[in-house]
Amino acid sequence: MLQIKNLHASVEDKEILRGINLEVKAGEVHAIMGPNGSGKSTLSAVIAGNENYEVTDGKVFLDGEDLSDLSPEERAHKGIFLSFQYPVEIPGVSVTNFMKTAINETRKANGKEEMPANEMLKLIREKSELLEIDRKFLSRSLNEGFSGGEKKRNEIFQMAMLEPKLAILDETDSGLDIDALRIVANGVNKLKSEKNAVVVITHYQRLLDYIVPDFVHVLYKGKIVKSGGKELAYELEEKGYDWIKQEQEA
Amino acid sequence: MSKYTEDDLKIELENKEYEYGFYTDIESDTFPVGLNEDIVRAISKRKEEPQWMTDWRIESFRAWKEMTEPEWANVHYEKPDFQAISYYSAPKSKSKYASLDEVDPELLETFKKLGISIDEQKALAGVAMDIVVDSVSVATTFKKTLSEKGIIFCSISEAIREYPDLVKQYLGTVVPQKDNFYAALNSAVFSDGSFCYIPKGVRCPMELSTYFRINQAGTGQFERTLVIADQGSYVSYLEGCTAPSRDENQLHAAVVELIALDDAEIKYSTVQNWYPGNKEGHGGVFNFVTKRGLCEKNAKISWTQVETGSAVTWKYPSCVLKGDNSVGEFYSIAVTNNFQQADTGTKMIHLGKNTKSTIISKGISAGKSQNSYRGLVQIGSRAENARNFSQCDSLLMGNNCGAHTFPYIESKNPSAKIEHEATTSKIGEDQVFYCNQRGIPTEKAIALIVNGFSKDVLNKLPMEFAVEAQKLLEISLEGSVG
Repeated sequence: MLQIKNLHASVEDKEILRGINLEVKAGEVHAIMGPNGSGKSTLSAVIAGNENYEVTDGKVFLDGEDLSDLSPEERAHKGIFLSFQYPVEIPGVSVTNFMKTAINETRKANGKEEMPANEMLKLIREKSELLEIDRKFLSRSLNEGFSGGEKKRNEIFQMAMLEPKLAILDETDSGLDIDALRIVANGVNKLKSEKNAVVVITHYQRLLDYIVPDFVHVLYKGKIVKSGGKELAYELEEKGYDWIKQEQEA
Repeated sequence: MSKYTEDDLKIELENKEYEYGFYTDIESDTFPVGLNEDIVRAISKRKEEPQWMTDWRIESFRAWKEMTEPEWANVHYEKPDFQAISYYSAPKSKSKYASLDEVDPELLETFKKLGISIDEQKALAGVAMDIVVDSVSVATTFKKTLSEKGIIFCSISEAIREYPDLVKQYLGTVVPQKDNFYAALNSAVFSDGSFCYIPKGVRCPMELSTYFRINQAGTGQFERTLVIADQGSYVSYLEGCTAPSRDENQLHAAVVELIALDDAEIKYSTVQNWYPGNKEGHGGVFNFVTKRGLCEKNAKISWTQVETGSAVTWKYPSCVLKGDNSVGEFYSIAVTNNFQQADTGTKMIHLGKNTKSTIISKGISAGKSQNSYRGLVQIGSRAENARNFSQCDSLLMGNNCGAHTFPYIESKNPSAKIEHEATTSKIGEDQVFYCNQRGIPTEKAIALIVNGFSKDVLNKLPMEFAVEAQKLLEISLEGSVG
């Protein structure tokens, strides 16, 4: 589904990604781990098409299609979803209104009619129950005054609403207490299917107790330096990132 | 990667020509340019006015001659040459129309282009309209329903002829002839406008609506509106404006007076979309308006405005809270783009006891425009327990525009409570990217953000007007701000 080939990207002439190769197939969960500053968030931003990052070499493919020339919204229309590490506030725009706009713009781009209001309501009800979200929450302004946990839960709610092909969860566990973590992970697990894929970006192994990855990759200085199964995450937890650093510097 | 940055947006926005920039070719009856007492008399005569009205105009004109143009506003423009303006222009067809069939089809076409065809409006929630095109009312609908309730809704010219006592009693009582330079000019040469009277205890069953439109090149527009809500009555009044794209600057100096007697309520909503000039800042309407309302005991006046047009705006819809327990409200969205300049706000004059006022102002600046909020909250010495809450928010797009806030507070009563909040924010790239990532294209994202920012005010507009206002916000910031 997702293919990344020799991806190099820089921001303000500073190279951050230095040749990433990754393949994610439908039905798989991949975890990308690594120390601070290794390029984890940059990777997610580049896949989503954030124009603040310049791709200097390499390509990203979704279902065989080169994404290079596609805008962020076009990528979203093709089923890429990014759960932000720091979701922004949009004052005066309710969660419901935002979701309605997002869903209908996506449908429009894919040549479909707008979603009828009753269907929308049904979908909202269903997905808010899945994420244990109080309906009142949905009429609040997007992310405005939300707690860290509420923001993250709202990200996963949006993911549930949009049903993406590829979901990238960027540090979704940060700022979550253990109950919220469980709810969020539960939501992600229920949304998982044979047709979609999830990439979990995280610093800690904690989230991976709940969302169990098929593959774990370690990112260091803009490259994937180690890949393995879920046991790699435990190894990292035990030995810390210094182990990777030492191995790389040696 | 197809890059579509805020800069691209700005360029697109600047290239966006005025959507309603068309010109209706209707034969007009226009006076020669210039202003003197003879012209003032001629206007009065043309309108078949009684002597007292002519005298009132002359008195105003003499006062105006002694006055100088105010310069305190935060706007810069070439002052109009008042001797180069024609002070009267009316579509040639003189007689009033009994039905819409008789109205000049071209005129109706104009309204169709605006997407506000009269038929459509008629169907819409029972909106009665008094349409003012270049100064003369050409069609009035729903008059019958209104007259059954004793409501008078007609052109001010007609009111001067048919209801001279009411006009005489109230005209100039809230905005005196000598109030300011432009009010004096308006008092001398006002061409037409609307008059509305709601009798005691009557709740006006429909929104009253007027569409103003400047249509002759070089014709100043001097509208005069007088709304009187008698004791315990209620009226919601809508005013919407668009103008065709013209090359020279057009002067507009309207006066609106509202009188809310004991226990009465007036809701006055405006959507203003006059030609703002082209992207180089050439042309566009000068909008120097005086709007003021007087509240007697327990009365309430709400001003809601959505200002997207005009090259230069100078406008402060105000409330004089004379009666005890009276309430004044001001809700405003002002959008400026390219070289537009707006200096707008309100005055809340608290004279009575327990008077309350609320001010919510939302300024949106794009391009190279300058957007200023100027407000005065004044608490008189007898105004025990007066309350005011003001909130002024500014939203900036790009790095070339400006937002300014000038709040003045004067309190002569120690029991007064006055609150003022102000914020300034920018549409962030991160906000736009967030929307993009959810599949929302940039233009739509900006519209969403702007609408969210303006929501508190949009919510105050009557439903059918809110839709139009939202459309206008999108048009005036299309490319850059929705």
